[in-house]
Amino acid sequence: MTEPIVEAAQSEDLVTGPIVEVTDLHVSFGPVHAVRGVSFAVHPGECVAIVGESGSGKSVTARTLLGLTGDEARVRATSFRVEGVDASGHRERQWRAIRGRRIGFVLQDALVSLDVLRPVGKEIAETLRLHRAVPRAETAGRVIELLREVGVPEPELRARQYPHELSGGLRQRALIASAIACHPRLLIADEPTTALDVTVQAQILRLLAERKRDGTALLLISHDLAVVAELADRVLVMKDGVVVEDGPAGRVLSEPEHPYTRRLLAAVPMEHAKGARLSVLEGEPARPIPPRPPGEVVIEAHDLVKRFRSRTAVDGVSFQLRAGRTLGIVGESGSGKTTTARLVLGLLAPDAGSVAIDGRPWEGLTATERRELRRHIQVVYQDPLSSFDPRFSVRRILAEALDVGGEPRATRRDRAVELLEQVGLDASVLERRPLRLSGGQRQRVAIARALAPRPRVIVCDEPVSALDVSIQAQVLDLLADLQSELGVAYLFISHHLGVVHHVSDHVLVMKDGRVVESGDVRQIFTEPRAGYTRELLAAVPRIDAATGVTVRKAS
Amino acid sequence: MSTAVITIGAGRPRAVPRPGVWAAALFLTVVTVAAIAPGVVAPGTPDAADALAALRGPSPAHLLGTDANGRDVFTRIVFGAAPSLLAGLGATALAVAAGTALGLLAALGGRVLDEVVMRLVEVLLALPTLLLALLVITVAGPGTLNVIFAIALYTAPSYARLVRAQTMVIRHAGYVEAATSLGLTRRRIILRHVLPNAFAPLLVLATIEVGTALVAAASLSYLGLGPQPPAPEWGAMLSAGRDYFSVAWWIAIFPGVAITLTVLSITVVGRHLRRLAEGGTS
Repeated sequence: MTEPIVEAAQSEDLVTGPIVEVTDLHVSFGPVHAVRGVSFAVHPGECVAIVGESGSGKSVTARTLLGLTGDEARVRATSFRVEGVDASGHRERQWRAIRGRRIGFVLQDALVSLDVLRPVGKEIAETLRLHRAVPRAETAGRVIELLREVGVPEPELRARQYPHELSGGLRQRALIASAIACHPRLLIADEPTTALDVTVQAQILRLLAERKRDGTALLLISHDLAVVAELADRVLVMKDGVVVEDGPAGRVLSEPEHPYTRRLLAAVPMEHAKGARLSVLEGEPARPIPPRPPGEVVIEAHDLVKRFRSRTAVDGVSFQLRAGRTLGIVGESGSGKTTTARLVLGLLAPDAGSVAIDGRPWEGLTATERRELRRHIQVVYQDPLSSFDPRFSVRRILAEALDVGGEPRATRRDRAVELLEQVGLDASVLERRPLRLSGGQRQRVAIARALAPRPRVIVCDEPVSALDVSIQAQVLDLLADLQSELGVAYLFISHHLGVVHHVSDHVLVMKDGRVVESGDVRQIFTEPRAGYTRELLAAVPRIDAATGVTVRKAS
Repeated sequence: MSTAVITIGAGRPRAVPRPGVWAAALFLTVVTVAAIAPGVVAPGTPDAADALAALRGPSPAHLLGTDANGRDVFTRIVFGAAPSLLAGLGATALAVAAGTALGLLAALGGRVLDEVVMRLVEVLLALPTLLLALLVITVAGPGTLNVIFAIALYTAPSYARLVRAQTMVIRHAGYVEAATSLGLTRRRIILRHVLPNAFAPLLVLATIEVGTALVAAASLSYLGLGPQPPAPEWGAMLSAGRDYFSVAWWIAIFPGVAITLTVLSITVVGRHLRRLAEGGTS
C-alpha cells in the first residue's frame, strides 16, 4: 500500500530551490500536441497561475506534474524536476509516493472528486493512512483538525457526513483538507472556485492565500483572470498549448503584451466595458451598442410565492419588464432565481401572486391558450445540449420551433437559414446534431430556436456560465445586437455579477427567495443599499486596470 | 476545464462492419429467404418420406442426412425456418408492443395506474418463466400462436419496466421542458420526443431478446408444446432426434446448429445496429 519515500533528497529540509521545475514540456496524445514547450518553476510560498480557455493545455500541464496524463500521452521535457529530483523517468509507483504527500491536488468539482459512498472524514483519513502521515490512532483527531484548519464549522459532524449532504463550499473545503492532509509542499488547484458562488469563492481564495502565506507553493489553473489576479505572483497565459505570455502577475494583468492576453482581459465583463462590445477585434475601437428605447410592459410579475414542501423557494417577488429592456436577476445558488424563471415561463404555478405575459396572466387559461401564450416567451438555458432532443439535427430543432411559430412548411428552411445567420452561423450546420457543435455554436443554435417563434421576451437562465470568457463575450454581444435589432426583452438570470452588470438595465438581487434589492443597474452596482448586495459586490474579485492587482474590500 | 483531445466538426466515421458482422448478416439473409420462400433454398418437400433411405448420414444426396422416416434433414430445417423465426419474432414484437403500452401507461397515467401496472409487472416477473409459459399452454393448448402468447407474457414485463423508467427520466429531460416552453402539445411531445428517445434502448434490448425468445420457443416445441408433428420446427426436430442420438447424431445436431447460428447472428447484427444507432445519437 504505502510507498517508502525512496530518494533522500525528497526529505523536506534539504530542498530549498523550486518545488517543481519544468523546461520545454511537451505533451501529445496521438496526433494532438496538447502542450508545446511550456517552462516554469514554482517556489515555496509562491503562486504561479496558468490561465487559458478550454483546450489551451493548462489542465494537461497540471496533470503532468502529478504523472496523471494517462497511458496514451507522450511527455517530453528537457528538464522535469520535482523537489530537485528528476521526475521524467518516474513510474506509477514513484508518482503515487508524490501525489498527496509531496503535491496535493484540488479539482474543480468536489462532488465528482469526492467518493459519494464515503463520509468525507474517511476520505481525508485515507490520504493520511496511505502516506502514513500520522500514527493510526491519531488519524481521526487529525481529520477533525484538518477540517477545522480549512474553516469547516462543526468538523466532528461534517466528518461523518457524505458529500451530497454538504454545500458546494464545504465540499470544496473538504477536498482542500484532503489535499493538504500530508502537508504537501505544492498544492495544484485546477479551477478550484469555478463551480462556486461568489461569496464562497472569496472564502476559498482566502483559504488558499493562507496556505501560501504558510509557505506552500501554489499552482493555480483557471480561466478566470480576476481570480488569478488575487493570488498569483506569476501568470502564464496559455493558448493552444503554447505559453503566449509569462510574467509577474501585476505586469501581465495591467500591461499585457500579447494580443491574446489583451483580448482575454477585454472580454471580462467589468464596469468599464458596460455599453460597449466585449469581443473586441485587435486594432478596432470598442463599438458601442446602440441604445434601445423601452417599450410597453411585457412581463408583469406580482408578489410571486412558491413553496416546495416546507421550503419557500420564492417569497413575494414582483417586477416589471419592458420590451427592449433587460432585467437581470442575480443571486447565489438556492436564492430562487431559477424558480422565478420557471414561474415566469408558466412551467410552475405560483402558490400566490401572478405573472402576466403581454398583459395576459398564466392562470385561468385553457391548455390551448397557454400554448399560444408560450410562443411569446422563450428560454435559453445554461446547458444548451440537454435542451435539444439528442436525435434532432439543427434543421429539425429549428423547424419544430418555426412550426410552433406558425411558419408555413414551404418557407421553413429559408427562415431557418435566416435565423442561423442572425446568430452568426450559416447553413452548413443545418444537418449537424448539437453534439457535433462547439459550446458557443450550441448556445447560438439555442438562441436561434428561441427567436424562431418571434417572442416578445427571452428568459436567459445562466446562458453564458458554461462558456469560455471569449465565447461568453461573443454570446453577450450577440444578445445585445439582437435586442437592438428586434426589440426583444431579456429576463437575464445569472450568479455572475459582472455579466449581470454588463447586460442589465435593471437588476433584482435575490437571497433565500426574496428580493433584497432592486433598481437601476448603476445604482445597484455603485450605491448598493442592502447589506447583502454590498457583501456580494465586495466578494467579486476585480482586476484593477492600473495595477493589475485585485481590488476587494475585506468582507 | 481544458481537455486536450476535443474533436469538433464533421461526424466521426461510422462503425465499419467487421467480417463477423457480414457473415452474420449473410446467414440471416439466407434464413430469412428460407422462411419466406423455402422452395428457393431447398428443392424438395419437408414431408417426403423415403423409408429405404432412413437414418442415412450426411451425403451428397442428403446434405445433412435423413431422419428415422427417411425425410431429408436439410429440407426440413429450411422449411422449419418460418415457424421457428415466427415464434421468436412474433413473441418479441408482441412483448415490445405490450410492454411499451404498459410502460407509458405507468409513467404518464398517474400514480394509481402506475401502482397497479407495476405491481402486475412485478408479479409476472416473480413467476418462473417456463412455468408461466407451461401454464398458458396448458390452458390454451399447444400451437405456434399460443407459444408466441406465452413467451410474450413473460418477456413483456421487462420491456414495460424499461419503458417506464426511460419515460420517467425523459419526461424531466431538458429537451422536454424546452419543447413545453416552445408551446408544443402534450401529445406531440410524447410522440416526437419522449417515445422515440425511450424507444432507443428498448430496441437494443429487443434485438438481443429476439434470440432469447427464439430459444424459448424452441424449448417449448422441444417439450412438444409448439407446432405439432409432422410440421417441421427446429425445437421439435431436435426433440425427435434425441431418441436416435447414438445412431444418427445429425438428426438432432443440425437443427440445434440452426438455432444456435440464428441466435448468434441476430445478436451480432443487433449489436452492430446498436453501435450505428449510438454513433448517430450519443
